[in-house]
Amino acid sequence: MRRPLELYIHIPFCERKCLYCDFLSMPAGAGLRSRYAEALAGEIRRKAKSCGGYEVSAVFVGGGTPSCLEAEQMAKILEAVREGFFIREDAEVTIECNPGTLTEEKLACYQRLGANRLSIGLQSAKDGELRRLGRIHTFRQFLGNYRLARELGFGNINVDLMFALPGQGIADWEETLGKVLELKPEHISAYSLIVEEGTPFYEAYGEDDRKRARGEKPEFLPEEETECGMYALAREMLEKEGYRRYEISNYAKPGFECRHNIGYWRRASYLGLGLGSASLMENIRFSNTSDLGAYLGGGYADLEKVLESPECAGAVRLDKKEQMEEFMFLGLRMADGVLAEAFRAEFGVGLEEVYGAAVRKFARQKLLAQAEGRVFLTEKGVAVSNYVFAGFLLEA
Amino acid sequence: MSGIDQSKIRNFCIIAHIDHGKSTLADRIIEKTGLLTSREMQDQVLDNMDLERERGITIKAQAVRIIYKAKDGEEYIFNLIDTPGHVDFNYEVSRSLAACDGAILVVDAAQGIEAQTLANVYLALDHDLDVFPVINKIDLPSADPERVVSEIEDIIGIEAQDAPRISAKTGLNVEDVLEQIVKKVPAPGGSADHPLQALIFDSLYDSYKGVIAFCRIMEGTVKVGTTIRMMATGAVADVVEVGYFGAGQFIPCDGLSAGMVGYITASLKNVRDTQVGDTVTDADNPCSEPLPGYKKVNPMVFCGMYPADGAKYPDLRDALEKLQLNDAALQFEPETSVALGFGFRCGFLGLLHLEIIQERLEREYNLDLVTTAPGVIYKVHKTNGEVLELTNPSNMPDPSEIDYMEEPVVNAEIMVTSEFIGPIMDLCQERRGTYVSMEYMEETRALIKYILPLNEIIYDFFDALKSRSRGYASFDYEMRGYARSELVKLDILINREEVDALSFIVHAGTAYERGRKMCEKLKEEIPRHLFEIPIQAAIGSKIIARETVKAMRKDVLAKCYGGDITRKRKLLEKQKEGKKRMRQIGNVEIPQKAFMSVLKLDDK
Repeated sequence: MRRPLELYIHIPFCERKCLYCDFLSMPAGAGLRSRYAEALAGEIRRKAKSCGGYEVSAVFVGGGTPSCLEAEQMAKILEAVREGFFIREDAEVTIECNPGTLTEEKLACYQRLGANRLSIGLQSAKDGELRRLGRIHTFRQFLGNYRLARELGFGNINVDLMFALPGQGIADWEETLGKVLELKPEHISAYSLIVEEGTPFYEAYGEDDRKRARGEKPEFLPEEETECGMYALAREMLEKEGYRRYEISNYAKPGFECRHNIGYWRRASYLGLGLGSASLMENIRFSNTSDLGAYLGGGYADLEKVLESPECAGAVRLDKKEQMEEFMFLGLRMADGVLAEAFRAEFGVGLEEVYGAAVRKFARQKLLAQAEGRVFLTEKGVAVSNYVFAGFLLEA
Repeated sequence: MSGIDQSKIRNFCIIAHIDHGKSTLADRIIEKTGLLTSREMQDQVLDNMDLERERGITIKAQAVRIIYKAKDGEEYIFNLIDTPGHVDFNYEVSRSLAACDGAILVVDAAQGIEAQTLANVYLALDHDLDVFPVINKIDLPSADPERVVSEIEDIIGIEAQDAPRISAKTGLNVEDVLEQIVKKVPAPGGSADHPLQALIFDSLYDSYKGVIAFCRIMEGTVKVGTTIRMMATGAVADVVEVGYFGAGQFIPCDGLSAGMVGYITASLKNVRDTQVGDTVTDADNPCSEPLPGYKKVNPMVFCGMYPADGAKYPDLRDALEKLQLNDAALQFEPETSVALGFGFRCGFLGLLHLEIIQERLEREYNLDLVTTAPGVIYKVHKTNGEVLELTNPSNMPDPSEIDYMEEPVVNAEIMVTSEFIGPIMDLCQERRGTYVSMEYMEETRALIKYILPLNEIIYDFFDALKSRSRGYASFDYEMRGYARSELVKLDILINREEVDALSFIVHAGTAYERGRKMCEKLKEEIPRHLFEIPIQAAIGSKIIARETVKAMRKDVLAKCYGGDITRKRKLLEKQKEGKKRMRQIGNVEIPQKAFMSVLKLDDK
């Protein structure tokens, strides 16, 4: 029997970098994109050879903006996947897109290549906010692309949203949520804006963000209270429309939870392909180079070597302690939390034995709750999840 | 014995205000006399410790013997004794001076006389040393040697017309200094045949040789095998080795006799047995009385020192014991704090001494320390007639048991140019100073005298002085005694729990201000918790200031992209690592640096 595996395929290109973005992505000319697609297809074929024992249950093409590639470039990549890997019949295949880059030709091509899910980065339904974020599109362009995808028969669409934007009020957020709900996407991700170091936003709002973190009133960013209110509003509005919050920031209609995402939180094996992508296989973590030149020259992780002797290949084999920590701090992101039975099945020791004290402490603080053999974050715990997760790191 | 002609020995030291070029001149003298070639010279040969070189101050006394062939054709033996350069080590300075027969006074040709210059000159004159001046840094564009010459004559009253005008940095005219040493420093007195009488002016501990006592032989002779006795401590031991000081090394010889400077090692294991200022004599043929001037050095400034990692307590104890081998003035005893765990209450000569010890513990012994606010010894007169010497605020009795309290005060001398007299007097006033006098040393400079409470000058007085005079004021002080004072214990409550390590004793009149600043500072340092944390300053049961750390509402990690869990883990680990450096008080976690940050409450 083949073991399950997920694939993450990274496309590090976009039309223009958004002002808040610290992901590995950059604008690139047509020539470079084409060379990259070539190199990526090569990497896929090469790595697939070491994956004979796996069957792929989910593919996620992310970025950057994968939809900025030409249709035939995407075809080259996904065909290499189909040829090299054993793909399950019912596999979830997602392509991340940016409004304004989708065409009928591309969407038809994605469909032909087996893509059955689109993840569209809308972020906001208000053009003023989109401009301030440095997005390349308007809400109208999004609507056009969304309707087109529906017409062509895409029955599983995610819309990415962001809140706690500079200058955003709770009514603005409500408006965005309302407009998106009218479209009835199957899945919605709603992340609060994080001001990341090294981005233009950090220059502009870094000081404001630190101020807010100290509990003072920020000048541009919404106050903490407002941000908490926005989170609560999203949950309330989406649940009313039949979405379930299955992870801290992810909502889905029943049966449309993103399998690929869940894979990350449940520590499924996944293989990263493309520039800078990260992998976890057989409890070994490894990454591809982030240097585009090196990558194009074939300088990506050698999977065979990694699996044989990770230490020599620059990979990290997670020890038991690290595995348990990740089991907890990733698993607790899920609304269902972690299952005590699953912990025992994986590690041969009881959750209570390893984490009893931490669980009791957070339960006393009403940050964690327990029911039916599960441990999960409470509403209060979700708001300070970072603090809770840090408590599940074990002493060396 | 060695056949050294006593009339050809010159024992001298160099005195100067900090930065006037004392160590540089010492280097040039050593270089010019050919003891070391300039290639072998490392800058400032006599300052051995990294810390001394870095800070440009001398902490331990050092000595070196050099041979100088003078213009009269004779060879002279110079013993140059380098004295510590800070008021904290005043007693050590006085003992080093007592080992000399003359002193070179180095004055900066641009800056002229400063407060320390005066203090040092008076100290030297008190020891009957022949002082002759040298004007240094004449290569500076702002040098005005003639003005400085008249300043020296007017203010100190010593002849300065023929003072060598030199640049110790370039070596210009340093020969003149050497010739003047021969002419102006008298040859030592004493007789090799009298009973042994030697002054200990410093000592150090060496793991091979044991205690090495630096001595000036006043009378008599000491040789290997002599049974010696320390007249104050009573320690008796057989001499294992005697010798003199080469450049950075000990050179053994047969014996040392009257007029000579050198070292003695005996079977002694602790520098406490060889106290600075004590008299060494021959146990079998003792001298009739010890040399004058010995006193036991007592610490004046106290603070708690705790290892940041509680498990390092034994390491801290070992390190303190090792430092104490070399530093008889360092005191410590175990103490426990609810907030900080096991540590030591340590006593120091002054704040510089404290800082030096702290730095050495951190650097040489790799210890991470948490230090409590430094304090002085208060005398608590209780209603039952008992007098308590208080070094730890936690031990302060209940106010109802206290009749009155006293605090140590100092005589302070501040030299400042006239434009800053106002700000400096304001500062002294704010620090509860009592004005004594002011005299103009010359048209533009004045010497201001104040009586100041010691606890007002131990944290940041020097910094405040410098900032309010744009660096021009110089400062010196000596202990005066105790004075009655209105003192209270200020407690800090975090989430309504008293934090013992943050308590301190303060004058009633400044308690409100200090309390308010402490609360503000702590608010910045204490991270937000899940609940609101009040920070209060209190005198007894009365709250005098309050700040609040707001409850943390949100702490969520960013979107995890492309399965890059490693980055997430790093963020969490950083958060956890931060927690490790926290102290738990009740259910509040306080970063260790919060305990230190309250030591530096900005003064304007």
